[in-house]
Amino acid sequence: MNKAYFEILRAGVNTTIQDKGRNHLYHVGVAVGGAIDQRNYTLSNRLVENQLNEAVVEFAYQGPLLKLKNGKINFAISGDILFKIIRKNLEVEDGECYKSYILDEEDQIDIISTKNSIYGYLAVSGGFDLKKTWGSYSINTKANIGPNDGRKYSLNDKIFIKKSDKKNLIKRKIDYDYSPVNIIRIIKGTNFDYFSKDAIDKFFKEDFLITNLVDRMGIRLKGPKLENIVNSNIKSEGLVRGVIQVPGDGNPIIMLSDHGTVGGYPKIGVIIAADLDLIGQLTPGTKINFKEVSLEEAQNIFKAYTKDTNRYLNECN
Amino acid sequence: MVINISNLGDTAVYCDFGPEVNESINANVIDYFNHLSKLIKEKKVEGITNLTPSYNKLIISFDLTITNYKKIKNLIEGLIIYRDIKNNNQKIKIPVCCDDEYALDIIRLIEKLNINKDKILELYFNKEYFCYMTGFIAGMPFLGDLNKNIRCDRLETPRVKMPKGSVGITEQFANIYTFESPGGWNIIGNTPKKIFDDKNLDQPALVNPGDKVSFYQITKEEYLNWNE
Repeated sequence: MNKAYFEILRAGVNTTIQDKGRNHLYHVGVAVGGAIDQRNYTLSNRLVENQLNEAVVEFAYQGPLLKLKNGKINFAISGDILFKIIRKNLEVEDGECYKSYILDEEDQIDIISTKNSIYGYLAVSGGFDLKKTWGSYSINTKANIGPNDGRKYSLNDKIFIKKSDKKNLIKRKIDYDYSPVNIIRIIKGTNFDYFSKDAIDKFFKEDFLITNLVDRMGIRLKGPKLENIVNSNIKSEGLVRGVIQVPGDGNPIIMLSDHGTVGGYPKIGVIIAADLDLIGQLTPGTKINFKEVSLEEAQNIFKAYTKDTNRYLNECN
Repeated sequence: MVINISNLGDTAVYCDFGPEVNESINANVIDYFNHLSKLIKEKKVEGITNLTPSYNKLIISFDLTITNYKKIKNLIEGLIIYRDIKNNNQKIKIPVCCDDEYALDIIRLIEKLNINKDKILELYFNKEYFCYMTGFIAGMPFLGDLNKNIRCDRLETPRVKMPKGSVGITEQFANIYTFESPGGWNIIGNTPKKIFDDKNLDQPALVNPGDKVSFYQITKEEYLNWNE
């Protein structure tokens, strides 16, 4: 039997393959990559009974229009997404997130748009039939690493699907509660004392706007100019996801999954691990506020975040 | 030795080797990097996901579901480091075209440094550089040290898109943008040479910490006809 695959009838804005990301390459300049919203990525795999580290399709804003060829699969979409299923006989069903559907040969998934968020995830039972590079399926479009020659998908590309070893496709769902959050919790950065008292006050009290300059590398914010009283350059050094750098113009930049591995602007703060999924989903025009927490508090918040994720995984039925 | 250890957020440890940038401090960073890489490879330590050495810092990223800041900090403080005397460092020559269309920030540099283009390029090309670290986007080599007369701060607002192959300078350092990316360095030219190869799984970066690099100027014609 021929292998099942999706034919891409419309590529969408930024459609890639993502997973948990790849480790141990920062020292040669390759970012971790991986799904921007790790919780939603994990839940999408759970809904189709995959291993939780399988590759999924990540899309941004407008998603792809996909037609299934050669086979029958289970699929699920996670996020805050408007999508439809167009059956072979042209009947159209409204799709619901956090719910798995059976898709037959020649059926189509039309991912129309994300709603109050940027990213969504499409998982298929069995996962996608792709090759890992350095232990991960993630496409890094900045360094052209990963499946599809490290490029985002285009019209007429194909994404092959592994044969699932499950005999029966079971429909599952999760009651997921997503609401955008505007308070982002941070730990003081290693250059926190480079900023004036006035800048620190403004950093925690005033609104910052998410500008249009948002991608998988990072988010540029606009708000009160943060005055640096020491030096607006540091010797380039390592970065991690969530670091907030402030260049000479005083406007903060947040590092996301495909960030440059080193940077030379002072770090005013680092977003805590538990808030990374949320910050990555906020759309341009959203206003956010920063709140400081201690390392200990951050670790406790992360435990609660992990517990919540596990609860969703366990409630899947 | 590590001078100071602190946390960078809740998922990374920040090791500071001292405020200066020189080859001797950088060698300490690389010693810790090599030692920890070996522990990770031999599975003698768990939860570390990345090591990022730079001029005078080492950042250790970890998986917060497996370990935490305190455990990694204790590990670092307990390490006894020996210098690896094996030297695999290479000498590498890289071609650069400095025609005006590639030298995006030459006007800014002429104004800020108050010297002419020919002199800037002469001082730039007439030097062998040391690679302190590799990073940012795949394989970018951070080289030093530039002649004192051509040192200049980063752009106040980084470019959203820096063309692939751009050769830039900032402060006492030189670098190459191996892929199109955002960036804030002053661009003096462009190289057609491949600096990162993801098909080479063991050593994808052309230039690695400790290597010596020199640049030579090529014409636009040579640039356009470059073939590897």
